[in-house]
Amino acid sequence: MIIIVNLGCTAAWWLARSPSSIIKGLSVWIRTNRVAGSCAVRVLFFFNLAHAHFILKMAAVQGGLVDANEEKDIKSEPANDTWANNNANDGRLPSASPGASAAAGAPEDQQTLLAVLQFLRKNKLTESVEILRREAGLPEDSLESKGADSSGAGSGGAAAAAGEDQPDVNVVLSAYSQQGDPVLYPVYYSGLKRFIETVLDCHRAELSQVFYPLFVHMYLELVYNNHESEAKAFFEKFCGDQECYYGDDLRILSSLSKREHMRGNETLLDFRTSKFVLRISRDSYQLLKRHLQERQNNQIWNIIQEHLYIDIFDGIPRSKGQIDAMSGSLAGEAKREANKAKVYYGLLKEPEIELPLDDEDEEAENEEGKPKKKKPKKDSMGSKSKKQDPNAPAQTRIPLPELKDSDKLDKIMYMKEATKKIRLGPDNLPSICFYSFLNAYQGLTAVDFTDDSSLIAGGFADSTVRVWSVTPKKLRKVKSAADLNLIDKESDDVLERIMDEKTASESKILHGHSGPVYGISFSPDRNYLLSSSEDGTIRLWSLLTFTCLVGYKGHNYPVWDTQFSPHGYYFISGGHDRVARLWATDHYQPLRMFSGHLADITCTRFHPNSNYVATGSSDRTIRLWDVLNGNCVRIFTGHKGPIHTLAFSPNGKFLASGATDGRVLLWDIGHGLMIGELKGHTDTVYSLRFSRDGEILASGSMDNTVRLWDATKAFDDLETDDFTAATGHIHLQDNSQELLLGTYMTKSTPVIHLHFTRRNLLLAAGAYNP
Amino acid sequence: MADREERRFAEISRESVKFMAESSGVELGDDVAALLAEDVCYRLREAAQSSSQFMRHAKRRKLTVEDFNRALHWSNVEAVCGYGAQDALPFRSAKEGELFFIEDRDVNLVELALATNIPKGCAETMVRVNVSYLDGKGNLEPQGTVPTAVQSLSDDLLKYYQQITRAILGEDPHLMKVALLDLQSNAKIAALLPYFVYVISGVKSVSHDLEQLNRLLHMVKSLVQNPYLYLGSYVRSLVSSVMYCILEPLAASINPLNDHWTLRDYAALLLSHIFWTHGDLVSGLYHQILLSLQKVLSDPVRPLCSHYGAVVGLHALGWKAVERVLFPHLPAYWANLQAVLDDYSVSNAQVKADGHKVYGAILVAVERLLKMKALSLSQPAEGGSSGHTGSVVGAMGYRVSSPGLSPPPEPLSEAALGIASHLQAGGAGCPWEEWTPVPLPAMYCELYSFFGDSLAVRFSTGPGFGSYLPYAPSQLGEARKEAPGPASNPDTTRKMPQLTANLNISPRHDGSPRTDPAPPSLAATGPGRSLTRSSTSTSSVQRSRSCSSRSGQRPAGLSRDVFPKARFTSPQAGIPAFTFLIGGRQMGRRCQGRRPFQTTFAPTPPLPAVPPRAYAHKLPVIGRVGRPVRRWACSCYSLHLPL
Repeated sequence: MIIIVNLGCTAAWWLARSPSSIIKGLSVWIRTNRVAGSCAVRVLFFFNLAHAHFILKMAAVQGGLVDANEEKDIKSEPANDTWANNNANDGRLPSASPGASAAAGAPEDQQTLLAVLQFLRKNKLTESVEILRREAGLPEDSLESKGADSSGAGSGGAAAAAGEDQPDVNVVLSAYSQQGDPVLYPVYYSGLKRFIETVLDCHRAELSQVFYPLFVHMYLELVYNNHESEAKAFFEKFCGDQECYYGDDLRILSSLSKREHMRGNETLLDFRTSKFVLRISRDSYQLLKRHLQERQNNQIWNIIQEHLYIDIFDGIPRSKGQIDAMSGSLAGEAKREANKAKVYYGLLKEPEIELPLDDEDEEAENEEGKPKKKKPKKDSMGSKSKKQDPNAPAQTRIPLPELKDSDKLDKIMYMKEATKKIRLGPDNLPSICFYSFLNAYQGLTAVDFTDDSSLIAGGFADSTVRVWSVTPKKLRKVKSAADLNLIDKESDDVLERIMDEKTASESKILHGHSGPVYGISFSPDRNYLLSSSEDGTIRLWSLLTFTCLVGYKGHNYPVWDTQFSPHGYYFISGGHDRVARLWATDHYQPLRMFSGHLADITCTRFHPNSNYVATGSSDRTIRLWDVLNGNCVRIFTGHKGPIHTLAFSPNGKFLASGATDGRVLLWDIGHGLMIGELKGHTDTVYSLRFSRDGEILASGSMDNTVRLWDATKAFDDLETDDFTAATGHIHLQDNSQELLLGTYMTKSTPVIHLHFTRRNLLLAAGAYNP
Repeated sequence: MADREERRFAEISRESVKFMAESSGVELGDDVAALLAEDVCYRLREAAQSSSQFMRHAKRRKLTVEDFNRALHWSNVEAVCGYGAQDALPFRSAKEGELFFIEDRDVNLVELALATNIPKGCAETMVRVNVSYLDGKGNLEPQGTVPTAVQSLSDDLLKYYQQITRAILGEDPHLMKVALLDLQSNAKIAALLPYFVYVISGVKSVSHDLEQLNRLLHMVKSLVQNPYLYLGSYVRSLVSSVMYCILEPLAASINPLNDHWTLRDYAALLLSHIFWTHGDLVSGLYHQILLSLQKVLSDPVRPLCSHYGAVVGLHALGWKAVERVLFPHLPAYWANLQAVLDDYSVSNAQVKADGHKVYGAILVAVERLLKMKALSLSQPAEGGSSGHTGSVVGAMGYRVSSPGLSPPPEPLSEAALGIASHLQAGGAGCPWEEWTPVPLPAMYCELYSFFGDSLAVRFSTGPGFGSYLPYAPSQLGEARKEAPGPASNPDTTRKMPQLTANLNISPRHDGSPRTDPAPPSLAATGPGRSLTRSSTSTSSVQRSRSCSSRSGQRPAGLSRDVFPKARFTSPQAGIPAFTFLIGGRQMGRRCQGRRPFQTTFAPTPPLPAVPPRAYAHKLPVIGRVGRPVRRWACSCYSLHLPL
């Protein structure tokens, strides 16, 4: 009982810190734990919730208490990491219930509690129901009446809360149940269309954004109310008006014509559960509002109220180009607040490593200077201080593994190599070596190189992982336990002696998965390999024994990508279940779950300082998550297709992303802005990589080309004035052609991986398709 | 509405649904069918949508059946099996009615298994790197130049391969010559080597067709002579194919009209050629070949043609091989051969004829053995070093038959473990492990005990040999001095080989067109004797063999005539020494009488003591001689001479 109380206080602290997100946090927590969580834990949490509410209420009355609580609970924070994760949804929370966050009053609370009660009852957790009711002081019958009310009524906080409860499809969809005359829908829509076409040019582009979400919701309403023929007619009539980049979604939408079909359709649920975000200037918004009120056009107004979130800003309306650059995602643009949080994008200080002076190299003396020499290079793109980057997170913000001796040796190797690094630039382009996978009948699905380019691994559709040695050094296994016992452990070359020469071969095959391997990643120390597969597992392989060490189960659906942290130990994975998970190699359960994407997570990348992870998704957004607290700190919209690759610049300031639309977009992480668009590829961009100094960006695509872009120029041209930063309005120049430094054809090989060696030689890899 | 829908999506008609329902015994109303059809369409579209993401993540452009099955799997639907093929499935319409179906052809497994077209092997998955762009500029080498070992054949190569094989195995002899010549000199066919080797390994399937076998052997020769090809471990496979031709009781040899003897001779020549030129590529090859030859030789169940092959094979490998394998084995083998030759029953005629061929082959082999041995012994007398130079001379002498190529040194101590079917390891007791060289006189005596005068006659034919003998050690004894005696008469010695050679040129002309230069036989017909001395012996080997292989009666008569004399002496001589004495005496006597005999003999054949060959053709064919051998095994030294 003591533990419970203690945890309760902890939770209360968290809740007190972000009262607006209580409800969301809870419901998301419920959602994410539905699969894996146990009932016991759930009940426990509801205890805490009950506590939380009391404390919260008290806090509202007497503000001092919260501080006391906070102080008390800070100490227990580390133990509380997993709970902190509940706040992961900060990014989307306001979007879902913008009204609720404004005033978390008593009636709101009441309704939330009712919703919780309803949930508990539905899951037959009668004891919890009892306890919660007792604690909340709710009357016995309140649930019945209110519950019925909340599910029946199409609007209100309760419905919104229940709407978060994703699988409860009926509740979600019931919002559509309000009846309007189906015949009038096209009339309403064309009326609005006429109006928008007649407004001033400067407003037209902004107001045109309304068309698509309105169209979708009206169509769904018609379908839901069984007006099948009307729905089809409506679709036929207006689908031509929609922006071409919504084509994929429209195709899914058009295939749906029955109410029954709506239940299982995930895309629709996403659309329904999240509000479509529009950014409209105040003037334009007023115009629209006035028009709708004048016409008494309640049908449309209701939809705008319920399903759209209009982010109003002051200032001149945006142009069509500006809008098009940012739109295209499944749920509209990101809200401006979503990208306001501070991101510590700076790099961590490199650990001081004493370079051995007895090095036989004549350069030994120079090497003392190497770390310093390296830094300026890295900072050439703008960070101010060599000592400690003010934008860098605290060194211990995320506990990182200690450096082992072998890691230090590797760092020394890295520094030595770095001295021989070629300085790249527009006039000094890298040489490209292509690693062709021959006879890959099984279907090559993923490739990774080790950082020192000594090993290459391929994931195949036949569920195997194959590792090749790129150097003449063959791959060897460690001897068996019996043989290891015979080894003199004191000898200097013990590391050499443990290897079994008999097993030396150029490549090794790792069997274990039962589905195509979609993502692989080497650990920085080259001792491990991660692979994620369609079978829903992530496997950790030892590259010493070439056996599987752990199978991480958590994603119950295909895992599309996984990557080791640059510091090792942690890794991130994302897949079809839309949740990105952060793992540590020694935990069989995830440390963090990042949920918020509305569709599959297709790619995952660690920030160079390991404090953040970026995920790209089929919902055409990129999210940046804080590893420490699980918050979503950035949402980038602008891609018009599923995102398949991400790359952080070496200085951690920028992010590049590539998608099926063939475009590469550049993002400024600090300001949360799109800063560049690189057009050129004609097919999906599957790989992106910055050169070691960040001067060149290489992109590889399905169209059998590698393209090199001038990253320095792309970032230097950037004029980030305060206005742009504040409003998020970007003016992109169309300078792709100037930035494109070269296009390099392969013969018939899609480029699915790129890697810069430590000396800035570009390695590309793909399977030869004769 | 419906047609609009049709334009956007594939649609399943309600009739289809009804048909399906009926096929599973359910009656559906129209409205139900319509609903079902619509729902099925929707589900299909949904599955197609979700399958596309598997395609995207597999980084492909083509949606496969597998992608679709995965989508079905994740929506808890059973996978559709049977469409996993990578090739496009042909979609056909039936002539009657609007019925479309996927063509599902019958696969003839027998045809597939015996198909002569070679499947493009499934090579190992590997990674190869090439520098595509140096300093961002210039394409040094177009990416995708796959190393030959793993390259799937380009269309050009495939065409070349087809043309070449067609030409070689086809009807037109001129085309075949051209193809073989190209195969001999083309520098770009390394990628095709495994395919050619595979074709050649098809000897086993055409053992009924001498012509095809011959052509395949020619192919081997061309490949071996191509200086741009590195045969590597394919040597083993080639050797195995050649050995097959040498040793196996080919189906073609059932018919006595088929001249499989020439084929075996040619294959043996080829074997030695491969061995001398490429033997170093596979360790222990020499050993393995010897083992398998020995195994055949010591297997009494095998037909005589196999034994013949083993003997010519050994002969082709050089006199050392003969000394090591054939000579120690001879006493045991002789019994079997004797048995065959002594059986005058009509049913045995064919086998007996075969036996004579073996006899001739052995005779030629041991003759050269003796000559070379004597040569090797005479060398140390001059140079001081013993066996080594002898072997060098032997090798040198042999090299004439495979010109311009140095013999590889073969470590004899190496254990032989065969992989190919004809390179099986022999029994545990390798005879050459305890093998000790037999001194020349003893060897001669022993051999004389088998062959008698026919051996002596042989020696008289080697004119150069006589010049060496004076240097021979004194312990050679009088027999050795006696032996060259007749050789001192140059006239007779010259006449004898020339005569037989003339007989033998003809098969070479009417034989299959050989691109093989066959230097030994050519050199032998020429008068240049002192230089091509050893090749003369080879040529005489060939001659005598061809001689016997011809169905002419005169050579057979010759051996018939000489043979009994030898046999008459050998059984009497219980021990070699004794034989030697008697033999020497006998030989001396015979030699005196032989010269006139021979001169008179050569133009006109002696009494037809043998049943005419014409008989033999009418006889039932006997493939194996298992029974007679066993029957005669105990009476090996029978004195019952039918003369």
